Amino acid sequence: MSVTDTPILAIEGLHLEIRADRRRIPILRGIGLAVTPGEVHGLVGESGAGKTMVGRVVLGIAPLRSRVSGGSVRFDGEDITHLSEGGRRRLMGRGMALIPQDPMTALNPAFRIGDQITDVLRLHMELGREAARARALDLLNDVHIRAPERVLRQYPHELSGGMRQRVLIAIAFSCRPKLIIADEPTTALDVTVQRQVLGLIKALQADRGTALLFITHDLGVVAKLCDRITVLQGGRVLEQGAVADVFEAPKHAYTSALMKATPRYDRPGDALQPVPAALTETLNDEALAYDEARDA
Amino acid sequence: MAELAAARPAWRRAADNWRIRLGGGFLLFLVAVALLAPWIAPHDPIDQDLLLQYLPPAWTGKGEAAHLFGTDNLGRDILSRLIYGARIALVVAVCAALAAGLIGTTLGLLAGYVGGWVDQAISRLVEIWMAFPAVLLSIVLVAVMGTGLHSVIIAIAVIDWTRFCRVVRAETMAQKAQDYVASAVTIGLPQRRILVREILPNVMPLLLVLLTLEMGIAVIVEAILSYVGLSLSSEFPTWGGMIGAGRQYVNQAPWLMVAPIVMVIATVLALNALGDGLKDTLDPVMRK
Repeated sequence: MSVTDTPILAIEGLHLEIRADRRRIPILRGIGLAVTPGEVHGLVGESGAGKTMVGRVVLGIAPLRSRVSGGSVRFDGEDITHLSEGGRRRLMGRGMALIPQDPMTALNPAFRIGDQITDVLRLHMELGREAARARALDLLNDVHIRAPERVLRQYPHELSGGMRQRVLIAIAFSCRPKLIIADEPTTALDVTVQRQVLGLIKALQADRGTALLFITHDLGVVAKLCDRITVLQGGRVLEQGAVADVFEAPKHAYTSALMKATPRYDRPGDALQPVPAALTETLNDEALAYDEARDA
Repeated sequence: MAELAAARPAWRRAADNWRIRLGGGFLLFLVAVALLAPWIAPHDPIDQDLLLQYLPPAWTGKGEAAHLFGTDNLGRDILSRLIYGARIALVVAVCAALAAGLIGTTLGLLAGYVGGWVDQAISRLVEIWMAFPAVLLSIVLVAVMGTGLHSVIIAIAVIDWTRFCRVVRAETMAQKAQDYVASAVTIGLPQRRILVREILPNVMPLLLVLLTLEMGIAVIVEAILSYVGLSLSSEFPTWGGMIGAGRQYVNQAPWLMVAPIVMVIATVLALNALGDGLKDTLDPVMRK
């Protein structure tokens, strides 16, 4: 894996607030992180820590009532913090892509799988109908879907969750983006499928040299998948570094508490310990405002 | 289950639904009758025969076989008038529902998708609109525009677009919250395309149901307007006009009113049954 020094994604001092009842509630409070080309970067934290919001800001799909109040997001050297809609469209697909959290709702129920894949290809890669179809078949093969010919003609409701997530992975990788943001791509899947999907993402990422920002609350997954890790809590970066370093010697009590709250198959004897309340300073109303804003 | 459902195309599932078969069957029959009116109507609907006034239906024994449903106060054949009346009822139902659907869906999609002040403006407009008594408003509209088929259609569309607007707005908001819309944005699709090509197809099943229900409403409103003499002039046979004319002779010749009332009720029931059936058939596939 070639990890060069210039980051593909550089977030500096990012502040995001959400308006709720005339109040401004800070959701992100000075986030900074960098993802270099080819790197797998884990973004961890408990619910409400703001990890999904970071991904959404980068992708330009932050909730309507939110506002970036400080800091910057740079993609491939270009400041995209306040990018226009047109500029954003140019960037998507070939620049960056998303592997969403819930494969059940992330595919449009009204269209066949084939059309949904070829639409993206035709939009960004300027492929003709036939060429796009051939590419779509290749992509489905790449994500190990059996009988891809048939899947192309099927509707999302005819596929299992694991199959749908494979399709979404195929779509994310379809235009060979430089950065993929995976927002808890396996939480909606059952455990046996999770492993396969993780392996698949990792293999494709390594093969194409795509940078990956992997948002998760599962430290076990981070250990297996990521090169570096950023731990978020209450909208702030708590700890950052190479996965091995952070796991060996967590600098912050919260990080080690998180690790103790993660089940490990190699140490089944250890009882799981909840994160002490004193260490989780995420305020309830902030989490509420976040949920409201997300639902709005 | 999914495999089984997939193996059968949507129209096959639709054909298995008894509501669709019943409602759709009756409506197909009505459409055929309306199209073939000049050939199947036993008499000219406006031909008067003053020697044969108030003829009861043929099966009562006091009527004539040539006038199956009897004749009205001017000796016109009721069956023929019903058949020709179906033409007007269907034209009004289809055109008015489509027009109302077009206005309401456009505004509903915009309100639901854009949100913010656009949503506020459209929603307030809908509320103000709905505060007017519908029948009164339609009578005023027709009075201003003058009677005629187009006035009736415009009046119904202008009044009933709010039904579409409210439902489509709510459904658009629900669809917008789905991840596939966020995915479409991250793919880099333009907003207009997301609204028209990603969200609208998912609102479509609901829209189909609404359209059939609206057609039923349009049939009733058209009957009301004809009844009060604000639709077509009385020489054109409309169901509402027949009810209105029959009212005056309800003591001597009740069948004058009964026949068109039965037609209106049957048509509205058929449209509602079709709408309900479509809802049942389209829902599980499109939603889950």
